[in-house]
Amino acid sequence: MPVIFVTDSLIFLLLFGLVAFFFYARKQEHLSAPWRDVKKRSLAMSSAVVLFFFVFLGVLDSLHFHPKVETDKKSETIYSNEILSVLDILLNDLRLKNEKTYSAPLASYSFSKELIELESGKKIRDYPRLVYGGATLSNPENESRADIIKRISFGLLYGLLISFIVINLIIIILSRSRNETYTTTLHNCLNKKTNTHWFSIFLTISVVLIAIAILYNLSKNYHVFGTDKVGQDVLYQALKSIRTGLVIGTLTTLVMLPFAIAMGLMAGYFRGWVDDVIQYLYTTLNSIPGVLLIAASILLLQVYISNHADDFNSIEQRADLRLLFLCIILGITSWTGLCRLLRAEALKLREIDYVQAAKAFGVRDYKVMFRHLLPNVMHIVMISIVLDFSGLVLAEAVLSYINIGVDPSTYSWGNMINSARLEMAREPIVWWSLSAAFIFMFILVLAANLFSDAVRDAFDPRLREL
Amino acid sequence: MINYILRRAAYALPILIGVNVITFVLFFVVNTPDDMARMNLGMKSVSEAAIVKWKDERGYNKPILFNQSASGTKKLTETIFFQNSVKLFVFDFGRSDSGRDIGYDISQRMWPSLAITVPSLIVGLLSYISFGLILAFFRGSYVDVSGVILCVIMMSVSGLFYIIGGQYLIGKFLHLVPISGYDTGFNAIKFVILPVLVGLVGGIGASTRWYRTIFLEEMNKDYVRTARAKGLSELRILYRHVLSNGLIPILTGVVVILPSLFIGSLIVESFFAIPGLGSYTIDAINRQDFAIVRSMVFLGSVLYIIGLILTDISYTFVDPRVRLN
Repeated sequence: MPVIFVTDSLIFLLLFGLVAFFFYARKQEHLSAPWRDVKKRSLAMSSAVVLFFFVFLGVLDSLHFHPKVETDKKSETIYSNEILSVLDILLNDLRLKNEKTYSAPLASYSFSKELIELESGKKIRDYPRLVYGGATLSNPENESRADIIKRISFGLLYGLLISFIVINLIIIILSRSRNETYTTTLHNCLNKKTNTHWFSIFLTISVVLIAIAILYNLSKNYHVFGTDKVGQDVLYQALKSIRTGLVIGTLTTLVMLPFAIAMGLMAGYFRGWVDDVIQYLYTTLNSIPGVLLIAASILLLQVYISNHADDFNSIEQRADLRLLFLCIILGITSWTGLCRLLRAEALKLREIDYVQAAKAFGVRDYKVMFRHLLPNVMHIVMISIVLDFSGLVLAEAVLSYINIGVDPSTYSWGNMINSARLEMAREPIVWWSLSAAFIFMFILVLAANLFSDAVRDAFDPRLREL
Repeated sequence: MINYILRRAAYALPILIGVNVITFVLFFVVNTPDDMARMNLGMKSVSEAAIVKWKDERGYNKPILFNQSASGTKKLTETIFFQNSVKLFVFDFGRSDSGRDIGYDISQRMWPSLAITVPSLIVGLLSYISFGLILAFFRGSYVDVSGVILCVIMMSVSGLFYIIGGQYLIGKFLHLVPISGYDTGFNAIKFVILPVLVGLVGGIGASTRWYRTIFLEEMNKDYVRTARAKGLSELRILYRHVLSNGLIPILTGVVVILPSLFIGSLIVESFFAIPGLGSYTIDAINRQDFAIVRSMVFLGSVLYIIGLILTDISYTFVDPRVRLN
């Protein structure tokens, strides 16, 4: 039985908007020309592929449902209270293979010594075997290294094979659509003679697919990034955190976009008292330090939730509300920049002849704004969406660290860092949760940064990094 | 000049009133004092008497906007709005929910914050400007390209990792300075070094790249071409012309955050256990002490607005083309 959280529906709205925008922009030369420029850049296309994989996982994680409970009776189906996503089902292996407590990456033994009862009845203190880590090995001390190497090389092989198939499929589709022979297309792609930088796309696809294949192959018998305090697989946590990062990075902008656009255009177009009021509004909001406003609001949300505990059906729903609320608050603290830019642009545009002409013909104000101003500020909107993304993903981690971020029960990189931080004092140090969060965050943010640089350069040559 | 400052201050007043109203609405209307009391005393089993007592002790037992039972002007002053919000304008912060004098706490705790933020700002500014100049000097070469790539990579790492990494590497691994803590007087220096260093490294990526762009923009201007045509050396152009003109946007960007240095950094202070205003705020958030959070929101806004006014004034000093009117 499907369950749709508020953030889920917003994500699908966003995806729908993206598709709609894609078809709209294709017809508008001033919007599609810069994108063609982006497509020529190798770094931008590599980052786009990486971002695509992240988004794909995030969307899979947004399809929630109540799983069926296996019962004897076939007539009625009973749904469990648990809420799972499609990604959870794909990662069933990782999700359900829980150990007792910490274990290092790729380990077969537990991280700390415990009292173990031998078959002879004697009790010794030693590192116990993990339930799932290295489970297929009879003598992990000698075999595990060889087993790991074997799994990595097989993963490499599978990865190469899959990427070969995928790339070939893409080339076949390309050659069909261009009415070329397969070899011509292949030749053009490899020699970078195409308008889109296919070579870097293929390279990135194979790297990502190989990495996925190796991870998959290893995770069948090991915890690739170890397990955390309660024995949960760290790789699973890191993968589940992708959705939170993406939601914060995209929904925040989506939530504030209508206000920023409407207010900015109105202030610039009407001027006079409307302009004064809107300027006053954003200066006031801007002058409250962002972190403090977020802290105050989250504090109040906590009070609200604990006073209205009965209104929420499940922990997940409560956590989802908090996530959405965080997006809204982050949006309130960050819409002012875009609003100011749009106002300045609208001030310029309203003096241009076609706007004056439209006004002279008696076109209504809202229609002038929608028809003539909005399309001409779209590039600013797009740049700011892309530029804000990486900052927001990083902000989530910091906010979660001071307990004013997402709900503690939500998987997020911030929460992973926060809980791992307390274990830094341990000897030997528990480093894997931190590294997993670091790696995933770094890849996502780096890809977003590189991509946004390219988008900005293409859309606004004035801002181009010289 | 004084006229201008006064006028700017008058413009700032409505904004402060706005901030005040927003915090008031957030803290007293969206959630009533009853909610706060219940939150602080434990959720479920709280008797009405306990809530009333909690409100009495903190002065939250008055009506919110208008006191019917009082007489004369007290109708307006004996209210939560006047006692807890209007008084902020004269920096009378009142008492925290745990009974401490917030004004006194702030005056004590701003010094450790300043001990971190001021050296961070100075060291950071000097090094970022130098890095930016170096990259601009070698523009287009391998030094420049690798520098920019390094900047993008460093920008993509969360600040938390710089703090954790710095604490581990310098404090725990090399045992050079204590991991966290604070001391009075000159003993504080050994506790200040690590946070300043971490702050410096954490900001390199974004700031260096930004300063480099500013310098490169200057280098493409006509007066630089003229200077080159005169036969000035590239280094001399960089220092005499590009640096002094490029400093205008940099300095005005710095002036706006100057007053906010008092507040300190929430994250750095709580990681390094510095008893400044940042950790004060974090503690208040975690203890759900609404009075302190409210005061800090207002104080932060006041300092930001002062920063805005200072920015406008500083423009006239560094750039004579700008006139105040």
